[in-house]
Amino acid sequence: MNDLRVNNISRSFGGLQALLEVSFEVTRGTIHGLIGPNGAGKTTLINILSGVISPTSGEVFYRGQALHRIPAHRVAAMGVARTFQNIRLFPAMTCLENVLAGQHLTAARPLLPRLLQLPSAYREDRELGVQSRKILTRVGLDAKASHLARNLSYGERRRLEIARALSFSPRLLLLDEPVAGMRRAEAAEVADLVRSLAGEGMTILLIEHNMAFVMSLCSRITVLNFGRVITTGRPEEVRGHRDVIEAYLGSGDNDA
Amino acid sequence: MLEQLAQFYAVYGSVINFIGINALLALSLNVTLAAGMLSLGNAAFAGVGGYAAGILTLHFKLPYVVSLCGGALMAGLVGLVLGLPVLRLRGVFLAMATLAFGEVVRIAAVNLDVTGGAEGLTGIPNVTKTWMIYLALGGAAYFMAVLRRSRPGWALVSMREDETAAACLGIHITYYKVAAFTIGAMMAGLAGGMYAHLNYLITPRDFGFFIAVDLLIYNIVGGTRVWYGPILGAALITALPEILRGVGVTAGPIRMGVNGLILLLVILFLPNGLASIFTRFRPAAAKVETA
Amino acid sequence: MNLLAQQLVNGLFIGSVYGLFAVGYTLVFGVLDILNLAHAAVFTLSGLIALWLVQAAGLSIWLAFPLATLFAGLLGLLLNQVAFVPLRKRADSQFSGLISSIAMAIIFEAVALGLFGARSVRFPQGTVSVHIWHVGGVTITSLQVGIVLVATLLMLVLTFFIQRTRTGKAVRTVAENERAAMLLGVNVNGIIAFTFFISSALGGAAGILYGLYFDSLAPDMGRSIELKGLAVIILGGMGSIPGAILGGLAFGLSEVLTVAISGTSNLRDAVAFTVLFAILLIRPSGLLGRGKTREA
Repeated sequence: MNDLRVNNISRSFGGLQALLEVSFEVTRGTIHGLIGPNGAGKTTLINILSGVISPTSGEVFYRGQALHRIPAHRVAAMGVARTFQNIRLFPAMTCLENVLAGQHLTAARPLLPRLLQLPSAYREDRELGVQSRKILTRVGLDAKASHLARNLSYGERRRLEIARALSFSPRLLLLDEPVAGMRRAEAAEVADLVRSLAGEGMTILLIEHNMAFVMSLCSRITVLNFGRVITTGRPEEVRGHRDVIEAYLGSGDNDA
Repeated sequence: MLEQLAQFYAVYGSVINFIGINALLALSLNVTLAAGMLSLGNAAFAGVGGYAAGILTLHFKLPYVVSLCGGALMAGLVGLVLGLPVLRLRGVFLAMATLAFGEVVRIAAVNLDVTGGAEGLTGIPNVTKTWMIYLALGGAAYFMAVLRRSRPGWALVSMREDETAAACLGIHITYYKVAAFTIGAMMAGLAGGMYAHLNYLITPRDFGFFIAVDLLIYNIVGGTRVWYGPILGAALITALPEILRGVGVTAGPIRMGVNGLILLLVILFLPNGLASIFTRFRPAAAKVETA
Repeated sequence: MNLLAQQLVNGLFIGSVYGLFAVGYTLVFGVLDILNLAHAAVFTLSGLIALWLVQAAGLSIWLAFPLATLFAGLLGLLLNQVAFVPLRKRADSQFSGLISSIAMAIIFEAVALGLFGARSVRFPQGTVSVHIWHVGGVTITSLQVGIVLVATLLMLVLTFFIQRTRTGKAVRTVAENERAAMLLGVNVNGIIAFTFFISSALGGAAGILYGLYFDSLAPDMGRSIELKGLAVIILGGMGSIPGAILGGLAFGLSEVLTVAISGTSNLRDAVAFTVLFAILLIRPSGLLGRGKTREA
């Protein structure tokens, strides 16, 4: 069953063609990799999928609903969450607060009842706190719950981004280089996390340069180069694909 | 004891009133700042509210509370109309657009007959009492305090930290910006209306560019991240001339210099304002967990 | 017709002063992405210092002018050192820089108030010998011509400097991309300090010329020009020097013409600010500007 259907997505910036007729499909509950040399257009595609920018042409469908010209906040409401390549945490908030902030779509926290100090208005808070802690534990940051986001290490920040993305129980998760800069052990933990999320039925689209990570996790991989899809297939197929090898050797890019 | 209080009030009553009004104005700006928008238009909104309320009382003979509401609503309406096109602008440009707007309002007030021209609107009954000001201030402060941990409050703080990330969490940026802007405008309008009924008159000079900058200063000095920050800043800066006079400093330049120095020291060393001294001992986060 | 020509001429004169002032403003914004709201205070102090040099120290205006301009440049260095350098590492440096410039502006104005008093003063008679010419029905004074010449000269020198010299190129590099400039070996901190020096010197020069033109100086004279300067750089485009110059001229002209057409000076500023507002909505980068103006 196809959760995500990308159909001939193109995007140009002035004279620069960042994406050209990109098409592929992602099956529900699977981990789908998106790889390619730097500048291939991967992050642009994620930006389109998450509603941050709109495509010049083409369509995207998520569970049958059109996604491509919808603003970011409505895309999120459809159950799509993402992380950012250059990390966009809320730096002045603690880890816990970052996750709490992420629950905008699922937490009521109603203003008017609170102004009237109705006890029902606050009932939810405790539950939200518990849930947030659980998510932090899941990414291994429960010890740092009250630490400010800006004081975290690089790897911890990436994990916090994932935690925040998970906070409103999305069904589709777009991860933009989730293990960049991580040591092997840390990356392996994230791989376990991603696997278990997929096991729970979440669909995951994953951009990464870490080849070992991608090959071991993804059931299917789409390769982009210069904004075009070179191929989509299983890891074994992609690994040996002539054009893929050439794309990478040509640009001098390599795996971890 | 009571006699001493009465005496104190007789001497400082005016300052106390101004502290209240300025604090309310500072809070009105804080709503907008909380959403990450640097608006310099709140002085103008106060002017709109003040003039509107004054006109309602003088020409339409409406009761005080109705005039105040009318003024606040008028200011809110203007804020809404202004906000929609202007909120797309980033940072400094938004500041300048609101500033330009403020100047246009001020000049309009100087030139229109209905606003009494450069001399302003006079003869407004001075029905505002200190308790009324502080009642409004209390209400606004309560609102801000409760807002913080409510859904809109979380949305605002998130937007302020990183707008793109906030949008990707489902937060409707434009909606909250417009809402914050409009609510801030209404609050300012309310303050303006009360001010107009305080001293019989309101003039264009009362809400020009420099008042707008003052509001910003109250927020910076006091701190923008907690509800009592702007109040603290407004109180300190408004009372400063009196405090200085108490220690024998009456010269204008020195008072001005002290103002500037306080602002400089705060922005250099206490960027979250004086309130951050208190929140050092926060666990505002811990309050949320309770688990 | 003559009246129109006269207004055009007047507009050009005041416009050149506005342009000179705006150039300093836009220079700092272009390089640092910071709006230096203390610029107007330097404008004021410099004019007052020039006056003091002429009046109390008995110097000729020809000597007082460069000295006061130099002093203004030094004020700029002070401004940079005290208010901007400590904030450069901060994430919100654009905003906090704005605030600290407001703080310095207040402090500078307080100093001006303390040293010179609140009354407005003027350059003593005979500071500048004035000749009056009538050219084709238009009256021009030698003072006006002098002002335009000095302002134009300074702006041309600056443009030449930025475009042709190595330091100028370094300034442009830092304006374009600070990190790249650092990697290229440019002494970024030095360039920034230098930019402030130049910017404030130009603003100071504008202050002296303004004081001469309007025959009046007061500690709050910076207030009216502060807003106008902002309008000018928005109009011309933030960060663009030619934009500031053109914007200044356009602004001066529009000011004078508004007064002439409407018969009163009341609406003068209203037109200017309405235009400014419209520009921000329609084309916020101004006529010639660069830089992002919308949210990412």
